[in-house]
Amino acid sequence: MIQTIDLYKSFGDLQVLKGINEHVAPQEVISIIGPSGGGKSTFLRCLNMLETPDSGSIIFQGTDITSEKVDIDLHRQKMGMVFQHFNVFPHLSVLENVTLAPTIVKKKSKAEANEQAMELLNRVGLAEKANESATSLSGGQKQRLAIVRALAMEPDVMLFDEPTSALDPEMVGEVLEVIKGLVKTGMTSVIVTHEMGFAKEVSDRVVFIDGGIVAEEGTPDDIFNHPQNPRTKDFLSKVLY
Amino acid sequence: MEMLENIIELIRDYWQVFILEGLRYTLILSAIAVFFGVIFGAFIALGRMSNIKPFKKLNKKKAKKGFIHWLSEFNPVSWICSVYIEVIRGTPLLLQLYLFVFGLPKIIPISASNFFWVSVALACNSAAYVSELFRSGIQAVDKGQTEAARSLGMNKAQTMMKVIMPQAIKNILPAVGNEFIAITKETSMASTFFIGDLMTSYLKVNGQTYLALEILIIVGAIYLAVTFVLSKLVLAYERRLNSK
Repeated sequence: MIQTIDLYKSFGDLQVLKGINEHVAPQEVISIIGPSGGGKSTFLRCLNMLETPDSGSIIFQGTDITSEKVDIDLHRQKMGMVFQHFNVFPHLSVLENVTLAPTIVKKKSKAEANEQAMELLNRVGLAEKANESATSLSGGQKQRLAIVRALAMEPDVMLFDEPTSALDPEMVGEVLEVIKGLVKTGMTSVIVTHEMGFAKEVSDRVVFIDGGIVAEEGTPDDIFNHPQNPRTKDFLSKVLY
Repeated sequence: MEMLENIIELIRDYWQVFILEGLRYTLILSAIAVFFGVIFGAFIALGRMSNIKPFKKLNKKKAKKGFIHWLSEFNPVSWICSVYIEVIRGTPLLLQLYLFVFGLPKIIPISASNFFWVSVALACNSAAYVSELFRSGIQAVDKGQTEAARSLGMNKAQTMMKVIMPQAIKNILPAVGNEFIAITKETSMASTFFIGDLMTSYLKVNGQTYLALEILIIVGAIYLAVTFVLSKLVLAYERRLNSK
């Protein structure tokens, strides 16, 4: 579904991605782990062109979306993204957060968008909050709203950029539950995360990115129980105690 | 006590000059300046923040240094807007007023009153300051908001109109209110051209009565009353926004 070929990206003099070749198959769930500053988030943000890679290609559903001739907005509709800091729209109600993009981008009728939004909000337990301001929600609720907002565009793939890193510990569970539920429906997902237990449980494949390259990848069992690369071993020994 | 009597007499005899003429023209001038300042200012802010790089294609080798790189990143619209802002903010308003009243009519051959040219000068001046208010108001909105909107497939214009501006306006409106207060005081310079604002009414009444201090006290009190009321309004508006 998504293929990256030789992806390079630098910020100023700092080279963050040094040639990443990856492939995301339909319905596959990939967790990306690795130390901070290793390039995980940058890689994920390149997938929907929030960061423009310096060189290399990103083939999404057969189109190279790094090309300047491509209408990136069209492809982004098919890629939902969830951010570390939720980024819910504070000037809108919970319901409007969900219906904004479907109504103005997909030109759905208000009634249709509302119906779909209520159904989605119901699924994550936010239906009762529909008419409240998005700012009144707790962190966990905001992140669940952000997930629903992305799902309302009916994406083919979901990108999660450290979705629980900014949450209070007691709210991590509720967000992970929602992601788990989503993954079970067969949603193709790429998840950058520090939650190793979660990565182990939900992933088909775990990718360890360090120093701007994929240092190691494999099944959760491969990576967590039999890591080969000394950097992977070192990283895991630090995060798993 | 004589001064107090003078003030009372002045108010009785000349209140129409102070209020119906002076205050009225001061408020009209300020309103025109800020109204057009906001419109021009919005365009200047957009121009300054635009992403127009007409020479981008010249940099085929994607050089990261040197003249070609500089040229490929050059945004002429943004550059012109920045120069405009710098020139307006870096020169005195009084000079700009002289330029518009005495200078421009020589180049642009339209017969217009001094009032017209003073209004244009004030609007152009205000536009530079307002554009910076817009820019800082827009840039104060968290970058994550833009990213969230764009990741949903919204284009730049939709993101700006539906996500960024509704949030930025809360930063911008109180600042524009303060700009209105500042302009109200700055219109006093228009009296140089005797166009009927509050300060002109001082000149007029002074010419007829040869009094100075008493008139200045009256005119100053009117300015103070106006700016006091306006600043209270801005404050009330800010409070209402924060309580939401």
